[in-house]
Amino acid sequence: MKPYLREKTSFGFTEVPKDTSFEAGYLVTKNSGWRSIRPVVCIDRCVGCMQCYLYCPDGVISIENKKAVIDYDFCKGCGICSKICRPGAVKMEAEK
Amino acid sequence: MARKFLSGDEAFAEGIRLAKPDVISAYPITPQTIVVERLSEMVENGSLDSEFIHVESEHSALSCAMGASASGVRAFTATSSQGLLYMAECLYYASGGRFPIVMMNANRSTALPWNIYGDQRDSLSQLDSGWIQAYAENAQEALDLALMSFRIAEHRDVSTPFMINLDGFILTHTYEEVNIPDRADADRFLEPYETENRLDLNEPKNMAFSAGPDYNYIFKYKEHQGMLGAVPVIKETEEKFAEIFGRKYTGLTDTYLTEDADYIIITLGTIAGLCRETADRLRAEGKKAGVVRIRYMRPFPADEIAEAVKNAKAVAVLEKDISFGNEGAVFTNVNSALLTAGVKIPSYNFIGGLGGRNISASDIEEIFEKTENGTEKVTFIGIGVDEK
Repeated sequence: MKPYLREKTSFGFTEVPKDTSFEAGYLVTKNSGWRSIRPVVCIDRCVGCMQCYLYCPDGVISIENKKAVIDYDFCKGCGICSKICRPGAVKMEAEK
Repeated sequence: MARKFLSGDEAFAEGIRLAKPDVISAYPITPQTIVVERLSEMVENGSLDSEFIHVESEHSALSCAMGASASGVRAFTATSSQGLLYMAECLYYASGGRFPIVMMNANRSTALPWNIYGDQRDSLSQLDSGWIQAYAENAQEALDLALMSFRIAEHRDVSTPFMINLDGFILTHTYEEVNIPDRADADRFLEPYETENRLDLNEPKNMAFSAGPDYNYIFKYKEHQGMLGAVPVIKETEEKFAEIFGRKYTGLTDTYLTEDADYIIITLGTIAGLCRETADRLRAEGKKAGVVRIRYMRPFPADEIAEAVKNAKAVAVLEKDISFGNEGAVFTNVNSALLTAGVKIPSYNFIGGLGGRNISASDIEEIFEKTENGTEKVTFIGIGVDEK
């Protein structure tokens, strides 16, 4: 399940819990600003083997209709998905 | 209620048995070892239904207790000296995460030179780690604190981990007659731990997250409030304890003959007993001596100390600690309390018992004498002029 981006990003004193535990399953901010190269999936070559999904250290790859889909809001551009992809379906391209 | 002849460590283990922690994770270290040995025997013979986890280090011991606490159960660990220092990183994690873990610490000196005997430099170096810190004077108090600590730490207004300190060997390894409460009374006193700060499959939570500058600050403020919130909870817990078990405790401090005392020793731990005996002897000679025993270093009893010594002519702080290049940490805390409360009397710091060196009755008489006549700000008792 891909975490959703929560619209509410600012919390008042009483809304901040005292424990460091809070509702799970969402993120409050995008985090991909330092990416210099981005993985691009060639849909025709992707066989849906899920290796990139398993190896992605940031958990930003999901499989939809048996094809890899990358969440660019959180992908840092490390390129592990490209290295692990045997069919060569993931190519790294420079960010413009 | 049973009466048994037990060492401080054994009495403490009995208190933990009555508190029924679900998980005990610990690594043995002298002079704490007997506590975890007794607990593992209790788990083995079925008198305690806990998961006893043998870990490979103190860092793991507290990490494991945190994991247990994060799953919503009662967790206990115990350590001493280098072990406490080794788990120092985890102390801050546990307090920041508001996990009400209880830990026994056998006060022992810190290396080098290597030494296994008692002083309080281990726990006093961790005053700022966000843990409640109590110091027991005898085996009965150690057992009672073991039972009370969970009730205080787990209270929703507190949610703060609790460290109970026992003077190494002097308390951990000496034997006394101890009253052991019945199981039914202990259960009436201490209810099972309930919390929302836990891993829950039905209500998934993001736990132990990061927080940037703005929010981090709020969390730290709330942590401070939690520690301060322990003050009324300690009082309420001791009242409930007295009601069920008949033994009364006096909150953050324990004062002796301070009402009309001219000269007062402020100290903590087992040495308070000898200070009181010395005060009695001096009173028989017509000198008005008194003693304040600090029971809790955190939350710090600033008001209680100032109130107890406000009419005295001078005070001494006797501690088994030194912050090199300054003074003992307890002295710093006490002076701040006196200054803030407007109590303007001379105060002197006496350092003793480092590495387990004996503090004798004549040492304490000398402390009272020097407090009356004035002396240097910091005195290492028993170290002569020719040795400086």
